[in-house]
Amino acid sequence: MKAQLSKEDLLKAYRKMREIREFEDRVHVEFAKGTLPGFVHLYSGEEAVAVGICEHLNDLDRIASTHRGHGHCIAKGVELEGMMAEIYGKKTGTCGGKGGSMHIADLDKGMMGANGIVGAGPPLIAGAALASKLRKDGSVGVVFFGDGASNQGTNFESMNFAVTLDLPMIFVLENNGYAESTSTKYSAKVGSDNIADRARGFGMPAVTVDGNDFFAVYEAAGEAIERARKGGGPTFIECKTMRYFGHFEGDAQTYRPKDEVKNARASNCPLKRFAAAVTSAGLVEAAELEAVDKSVLDQVEKAVKAAEVAPQPDLDALMTDVYVSY
Amino acid sequence: MARKIMFKDAINEAMRLEMERDKSVILLGLDVAGAAGTEQQRDAWGGVLGVTKGLYPLFPDRVIDTPISESAYIGAAVGASACGMRAVGELMFSDFMGVCFDQLYNQAAKFRYMFGGKAVTPVTIRTMIGAGFSAAAQHSQSPYSMFAHVPGLKCIIPSNPYDAKGLLAASIADDDPCVFFEHKALYTMKGEVPEEHYTIPLGQANVIQEGKDVTIVALARMVQFAEKAAKKLAKDGIECTIIDPRTISPMDWNAIYSSVEKTGRLVVVDESYDLCGVASDICGHVAQNVFGALKSAPQMVTAPFVPTPFASNLEAAYLPDANKIEAAVRKTME
Repeated sequence: MKAQLSKEDLLKAYRKMREIREFEDRVHVEFAKGTLPGFVHLYSGEEAVAVGICEHLNDLDRIASTHRGHGHCIAKGVELEGMMAEIYGKKTGTCGGKGGSMHIADLDKGMMGANGIVGAGPPLIAGAALASKLRKDGSVGVVFFGDGASNQGTNFESMNFAVTLDLPMIFVLENNGYAESTSTKYSAKVGSDNIADRARGFGMPAVTVDGNDFFAVYEAAGEAIERARKGGGPTFIECKTMRYFGHFEGDAQTYRPKDEVKNARASNCPLKRFAAAVTSAGLVEAAELEAVDKSVLDQVEKAVKAAEVAPQPDLDALMTDVYVSY
Repeated sequence: MARKIMFKDAINEAMRLEMERDKSVILLGLDVAGAAGTEQQRDAWGGVLGVTKGLYPLFPDRVIDTPISESAYIGAAVGASACGMRAVGELMFSDFMGVCFDQLYNQAAKFRYMFGGKAVTPVTIRTMIGAGFSAAAQHSQSPYSMFAHVPGLKCIIPSNPYDAKGLLAASIADDDPCVFFEHKALYTMKGEVPEEHYTIPLGQANVIQEGKDVTIVALARMVQFAEKAAKKLAKDGIECTIIDPRTISPMDWNAIYSSVEKTGRLVVVDESYDLCGVASDICGHVAQNVFGALKSAPQMVTAPFVPTPFASNLEAAYLPDANKIEAAVRKTME
């Protein structure tokens, strides 16, 4: 599998994961200073999921995201500077400062929005997949959602809908073990080991993969997306992963074992695992990865600096863009 | 003098007292205790902003963490209440009403009427409203008028800790479905609250101050802004009556009408929208019922008809404030 990816592809995938990590870690720092408005939910630790899936997608393919949406945005090609400015509530933001962290969207990139409503994505992407099917353009719809959202009626209904209409849709469950502070052991008793088992009951192929292993995600996604593009219907991919920060910034996380994140960072970090795999296989030099690291750090720094000095939206913007015409 | 506690603690205390008084009172919601299914200490959250913290250790069987399945758990609160329980469902943000609304507006609200007066559904839904935190378009709304539009639901909107405790106790004890809206900016507001149990009747407005010139009707956080505006206007000799309806269904029309009959001028302040909203409704009722008393056109101070923006400068422009209220009052005096 690793051999099927060119060196260029590997470096691109690594760069995307590094962009997510540095972006989120920096937002964490800036939020702690009290300079950022609103609620922020960070994606650090889950990078291999977004990137492992989105490396197969083009701008015609649509994704829907969650309240923890920055990683999906970056993986789908949304520009970092615009995202950072959006999180700062600035005019230069991806959405002109009107949406913020929880609503970053870039429709030109096929990114249909982070979302403040848990479980809102699956029906929307069922619609995107229906449009793909009717247009016959070979595009697919991918919905990212968490273990919490897996318990929403919208998700169950969309699984049935996608199978019924044979839609080119991929359900990507990011199972990080916690719906806010509640363990999946409590909130997902049916299929708590593998929530993907539920999807099988709806009659679609379903797999559970190590979501911290880029290559495992990439491989499962490749198979599912190829099948969907060829008219083979929906697939469910459960990615077991871990978030490194709280549900939201400010969450004291007393519901987690003391060393859970520390241990995961040390031994199960998706970036470290990727780096170890590609360097030990001799596919990429360590120095090349370090060059990426440095370049991404600079890129994030630049995005923060630009966001800090960018103007707030013009007050006229308050009343615009509610309707196309009214 | 009673001790001073925060609005959120007043809500917690009302919950606790009702659960002590009545074993049929249960609480359902996301992380209302927290840490369910983990190896760690339960009650880790006590709700997303800690409002119900401390209830789980007292009532471990009746404080129930739920999966993120609003249709199921809000509906279950309705169903359990129709079967002899007195359930409180916590719908974290009122913005999430869309996920579960059918269970309220087609089910809970209509049981009694459809079933020929035989059903009793004493459910209470607690939920947050309000902008001011750059929480953007899906976590900042005040959609109570959509609930108030449904016959069969009662809508309660407290503006201070004393009212929060008494109104929540009354809502839980009430035999009809109640939706209780908590403005998140008020959670840390302190006020005098007696330690003992008490209730405030639903449908009884609070006349906060009386003045001869203008009647200001304000809800939730807007009451504070109205008080600020009134203080400033008083320096110019303009005396305001401030009425907090406290519940918008039932609405205490008599309190509003009798005040307007005295002042002849009306300003309604609402954080929600004017179109089909509480402010337009009050103005409409006043125009229909006490038109002869009006000396000038009633004024509405509301949010503009746009979703809540994220950027802090836009959000500040979006929200009603004391200056906007002052300008509206002055307009009624022209």
